[in-house]
Amino acid sequence: MKLVQPLEQAIRNNVWNGCSVAFEGFTHLIPFAAAHETIRAGLRDLTLMRMTPDLIYDQLIGMGIARKLIFAYAGNPGVGLLRRLRDAAENDWPNSLIIEEHSHSAMANAYEAGASNLPFAVLRGYLGSGLVDVNRNVGSVTCPFTGEVLAAVPALRPDVTILHAQKADRHGNVLLEGIIGVNKQAALAATRTVVTVEEVVDDLHCHPNACVLPAFTIDAISIVPGGAHPSYALGYYERDNGFYLAWDAISRDRQRFLSWMEDNVISATPETFLKRIPGESH
Amino acid sequence: MEYTADEMMIVSAARALSNSDVCFVGIGAPSAACNLARRIGVPDVTLIYESGTIGAAPTLLPLSIGDGELCTTALTTVSSPEMFRYWLQGGWITVGFLGAAQLDRFGNINTTVIGPYHKPTVRLPGGGGAPEIAALSQKIYIVMKQSRRSFVERIDFMTSFGFGTGGDDRQKLGIRTAGPQLLITDLAIWKPARNTNELQVVSLHPGVTRQDVNATVGWKVKYSEVVTATPAPKLRELKILRDLQRRTREAHRGQRVRD
Repeated sequence: MKLVQPLEQAIRNNVWNGCSVAFEGFTHLIPFAAAHETIRAGLRDLTLMRMTPDLIYDQLIGMGIARKLIFAYAGNPGVGLLRRLRDAAENDWPNSLIIEEHSHSAMANAYEAGASNLPFAVLRGYLGSGLVDVNRNVGSVTCPFTGEVLAAVPALRPDVTILHAQKADRHGNVLLEGIIGVNKQAALAATRTVVTVEEVVDDLHCHPNACVLPAFTIDAISIVPGGAHPSYALGYYERDNGFYLAWDAISRDRQRFLSWMEDNVISATPETFLKRIPGESH
Repeated sequence: MEYTADEMMIVSAARALSNSDVCFVGIGAPSAACNLARRIGVPDVTLIYESGTIGAAPTLLPLSIGDGELCTTALTTVSSPEMFRYWLQGGWITVGFLGAAQLDRFGNINTTVIGPYHKPTVRLPGGGGAPEIAALSQKIYIVMKQSRRSFVERIDFMTSFGFGTGGDDRQKLGIRTAGPQLLITDLAIWKPARNTNELQVVSLHPGVTRQDVNATVGWKVKYSEVVTATPAPKLRELKILRDLQRRTREAHRGQRVRD
C-alpha cells in the first residue's frame, strides 16, 4: 500500500513551517508519536488547533514549535494545569503564543463546518460568556426564520490533521473505535491527513456504522504501535494515568522539561513507543 | 463514624440525584458524587461524560473524562459534534455539573484566567464544555470547596454564565434553562433566592457554623429564612465511597509511571 510510509517521511511530506495542524483525539487516540516526530523535524511557527491541548501540546509548545494555539480546554485532565502552556501564556517562554480561545462546543461545530465545506458553524453558544469579548472569531448570526441570534464561528480547516487510530487495512482504509471525539470531522476538514495506526490488517472486521476513514481521505499512514502513549488505544492498551500524574512534576521546571524531552523525544525514535505501553518488555 | 468535609460534600451531591436524571459529569467531586449515587439508591441515573460516553457505568472513578472504562461500560459513545449538538444543545441533559476556580454570589463561573485576560497571573485551563453546559443543561449543580480565594466578590473572567447580576439576566440573554439551582460545598448547601437569584445558604453541614461559612466567602453571605442541618453521611454511604476511592487510587498507582 503506497500510503504507508515511515513516520519521519509522513511528517516531512505533509507538515512544514507555518502550517496549521490539528493533532486531535479526545483523551483517547492522541497522536503522541507523530507530535514527537514533528518536534524532531525542527518545525517552526505552527498554528496548533485542538479541543483539549493535553500533554501533547504542552510538549509542542514547550519546545517552541507553535506560534498560535486554537483551543478550548488547556488542562492536564484530572491532574491540573498545563505548566509549559502556562509558561508560554504567562511569561512568553520559550516564545510568545497567540491564543484563540473557544468552547468545546464551538470547536466541535467548527470542525464539522469544515468537514461539511461550509464557511462557518452556527450554534446556540457562548451565551453570556466573556469569551465573546476576547475572541474576534466568535460572531453571531440571526436566524432568517425565527429571528433568534445565534453564535457563529469560522469553520476550522487545518492544513494538516494528524490522528492515531487502531488499524488500517491493506488498502489504507482506517478504523477508529471508542471515544472518537472530533477525529472524523478534523480529518475531513483538513487539506491533508496523516494517520498513525497500531497495525495493518487484512480486514477491518467492523460493523456497518463504524467510524471508518476511507483510504481516499488519507495522505499518509505510518505503523507506530503504542503511538498514542500516554494516551491510549481502546483494545490495545490503557491510558497511562500514572504518566499524566508524573508529567506535572516533569513539566514544572524548564530545565527538567528540556532534559526529559532530550532523553525521550529528541534522541528517541517512533519504535520506542512500543516499549512504553503496558505488557511490552523493555 | 468520622468523616471528612470532602466526603460530606460528595455524599450531599450524590443525594441530590434521581433515577430520571441525565447528568453531564465533570471529573473530581461531581464524578465521585454521580458514581456514588449509582451505588446508593439511584442505579438508573444516566451519566454522560463530555468525551461522548452516554450511560457510562465505570467500576472505578476515571482520572479523565475520556478514560477507556467510560467507553467500554457506556450504552453508546458518540462523536464530539453529536455530543454537543444533539445531546447538550438538544436539551436532553437534566443536570450539568460544574466547578470553578472563581465563583460569585450569582453562580457565575471563572475557569479562564486569574488577572487580566491578556496578561494573566494564572492561565487556567479555560472553559472546555462549560460555557454551553451552563446555558443548555436544564439545571446546574455546582460542587466545590469554599475558600476566600475561590468564593469572590468579583470573578476575573466570565467563562460560564450563572445568573449574571441576578434577577432575570438569563432570560434577557435568551437563555431558557434554570441555571445554578444547587451549590454544594464542604460546609453547606446553597440555593438561589427567589427573584434575586443570589445564592443563599439553605443547609449547614453538621458542626458547621455561620461563622465558618462567612470566613470562607468573599461576599456578605445571605441565609435562607429557614436554615436546616444537612444529614450526616450514613455509614453505608461512606463505606461505598471510600471503597470506590481506594480502588481508584490503587488502580491509578498501578499504572506505570516513568520519568
